[in-house]
Amino acid sequence: MSSSNPLRDALDRRLPRIAGPSGLVIFGVTGDLSRKKLMPAVYDLANRGLLPPGFSLVGFARREWEHEDFAQEVYEAVKEHARTPFREEVWQQLVQGCRFVQGNFDDDEAFETLKTTIEELDKAQGTGGNFAFYLSVPPKFFPKVVQQLKKHGLAEQKADSWRRAVIEKPFGHNLESAQELNKVVHEVFPTNEVFRIDHYLGKETVQNILALRFANTMFEPLWNRSYVDHVQITMAEDIGIGGRAGYYDGIGAARDVIQNHLLQLLALTAMEEPASFDADALVAEKTKVLGAVRLPKDLGKETVRAQYAEGWQGGEKAVGYLQEDGIDPKSKTDTYAAIKLSIDNRRWAGVPFYLRTGKRLGRRVTEIAVVFKRAPHSPFDHTATEELGQNALVIRVQPDEGVTVRFGSKVPGTSMEVRDVSMDFAYGESFTESSPEAYERLILDVLLGDANLFPRLEEVEQSWRILDPIEEYWDRHGKPAQYPAGTWGPAEADEMLARDGRSWRRP
Amino acid sequence: MKIDLTETTASKINKALVEGRRAVGTPAIGMVLTLVIVTDEENAYDALRAANDASREHPSRTLVVIKRVSRSPRDRAKARLDAEVRVGTDAGTGETVVLRLYGEAIDHAQSVVLPLLLPDAPVVVWWAVNAPLDPANDPLGALAQRRVTDAYAAEQPVEELSGRAQTYTPGDTDLSWTRITPWRSMLAAALDQAPCTVTSAEVEGEEFNPSCELLAMWLAGRLNVPVTRKVSPGPGLTAVRMESSGGTIVLDRPDGSLATLSMRGQPDRAVALKRRETSELLAEELRRLDPDDIYAAALKYGVDRLADTDAQPAPQAPAAGEDAAAKPAAKKAPGKKAAAK
Repeated sequence: MSSSNPLRDALDRRLPRIAGPSGLVIFGVTGDLSRKKLMPAVYDLANRGLLPPGFSLVGFARREWEHEDFAQEVYEAVKEHARTPFREEVWQQLVQGCRFVQGNFDDDEAFETLKTTIEELDKAQGTGGNFAFYLSVPPKFFPKVVQQLKKHGLAEQKADSWRRAVIEKPFGHNLESAQELNKVVHEVFPTNEVFRIDHYLGKETVQNILALRFANTMFEPLWNRSYVDHVQITMAEDIGIGGRAGYYDGIGAARDVIQNHLLQLLALTAMEEPASFDADALVAEKTKVLGAVRLPKDLGKETVRAQYAEGWQGGEKAVGYLQEDGIDPKSKTDTYAAIKLSIDNRRWAGVPFYLRTGKRLGRRVTEIAVVFKRAPHSPFDHTATEELGQNALVIRVQPDEGVTVRFGSKVPGTSMEVRDVSMDFAYGESFTESSPEAYERLILDVLLGDANLFPRLEEVEQSWRILDPIEEYWDRHGKPAQYPAGTWGPAEADEMLARDGRSWRRP
Repeated sequence: MKIDLTETTASKINKALVEGRRAVGTPAIGMVLTLVIVTDEENAYDALRAANDASREHPSRTLVVIKRVSRSPRDRAKARLDAEVRVGTDAGTGETVVLRLYGEAIDHAQSVVLPLLLPDAPVVVWWAVNAPLDPANDPLGALAQRRVTDAYAAEQPVEELSGRAQTYTPGDTDLSWTRITPWRSMLAAALDQAPCTVTSAEVEGEEFNPSCELLAMWLAGRLNVPVTRKVSPGPGLTAVRMESSGGTIVLDRPDGSLATLSMRGQPDRAVALKRRETSELLAEELRRLDPDDIYAAALKYGVDRLADTDAQPAPQAPAAGEDAAAKPAAKKAPGKKAAAK
């Protein structure tokens, strides 16, 4: 679109990427995600001048609201949760395009209203027929909503406009259901118009993995089996399941986190250099490395699942998982999962990748730790290097985004003693809230049609192929271990690494 | 924490920086650039505040060079350097050194600044006021990759632009150019939406605001059409009108915050176009440190090739390549007419 525009120039890098005329329809607009993330993200985008003039936001929900009530709701969500300061003129720009459609998902009339609303917006706001449908609803409603969109001609791709679908995890609960879901969605929307949100990929730090690896010389030569001993990828939460019992029970930590976030982080850490940064090149490399992932032979020994038990966390008493409201006391759902994977390719053969995630762990942290081998020979005597650990490079994804490098250094003094020190880099933007929220970036990319940061169909299916055998094994064998809330997981997980002569990092 | 040093030298300041960092317990520093602010005492406070705000996005070592006016001949003969070293919470996210130069030291500010630059990191010089005529050949400017001036702060902003065009060196940039980024992006977005051929354009804004001229020159250069500069009471830029094959495209901002975009065949739409704070401008400026070729092209288009509002029809644009400052008198015209109205 820009090549013919004389005001645009590739050299003019001050001009931001502004989405073309478009609108966003949110299903399940009364939900938490919509209020806390989506609406504020839309406002922040508008505030940064990245939304087109006339951008429209349509809410769809059961609630009996008028347009004004909806606008008021958006206003409050923005005031409370937006990252950038509230500015009246930005709000004035946004509120002109706010509409609300009331109805159920099986309500034909409501979808007809939605259709006329969209047509009205095309006239009043100049949205040009370009709309993205954000399905912020439980996955069981996906087929219904998608079918309704098709039935009422809302998903029709016209020559000069687009219709896109945005879906949130979970993308199924195993390979079969994921394929089922993909079939349903792709029946209505073409592959390249479906955007799967994995909000981790919208994070600055995750995009920075690529910059760190491929824009520098000093890391890549070490990034292989000759120098790397093992890799630990951790995503820990300090909260319990909160009010999500209905969603969480039966899903568990592995399906909720490992399948999408952790395997994506693994793919970005381990993949080869893509030919370019466009979506196709990236997905090619990611699927290649996910395809090379191998499961351990003995799933009983090399995977651990557990549930948090009663305990104290950060000075507060926390109940155990089985005692949470709405959880079956006999539930076998995992709130902690740790697995060991290997990658069968020339770069990584023999380097284990340990993935772990859990709720009610010590603190909230997500990081990738690349732990290097010990120096092959040390001229220092044993006592001098007693306190020296392995060198490590840690990419801190959240919170406190940055990179830490750990290496040995001489302790000042007359004797030779080498001890671990760390060199720290905090991303400049992490100093304040001015680093864009993942959802801002992702919503903008949806409107621009830029699919770089969205996992594709192939990746989703590939990652279920990795996780399914583990889940099946867990179903058939034993039951989850227990760990006190507020600790770093069960003793079994420590033993799992101890058998390999390694130990978990305390993040 | 703050450390005051009087009658000091650069090496003592460096020592104080290390001590300060040790004392606040943050020896690891992740600063990405050195920002040198050249200003007078009057503007120092505002400039430093803007820089501290901008340092949230770009952690930097900020060196404020304040050239003090000495009253007596005796003071003028004596060189003196006072410094105030701020680290930790007093200095945004980086470190700040306020340098006060007296007497002969004023002419040798670079000798103080050079030892205080961060190793290996880019250097940006920002003249909050009184920018030199040739920034790249200024002793301080010569240290920097990026030289930021502000024609808006000049006594004769439009003449200032011609001067900047003559001495332009890659790496120069001006905050009055930064100010119009939202306008430029909105106009580009408007043409994205309705591809059409623009035949002429008009830029309307307050007098003595070089941003209007820059925007007009940018449009004229990119679109290759005559552009008229019209004077309005402001605030800032107030409107851009483009006549095109697809009708008139108007971006109108009478109140300095909320604008309206009107195009034929499309509904009028509100667009937030707030005038931005200096800190935001500075943050944008620090985001990219490579030469801004688009700015260079707009600047070199030449202020005198812009058509005057009352000179109807627009005169033939002089041949490209004509010296930009050939007709300095022509630039005064809009101002005089506005005053007469």
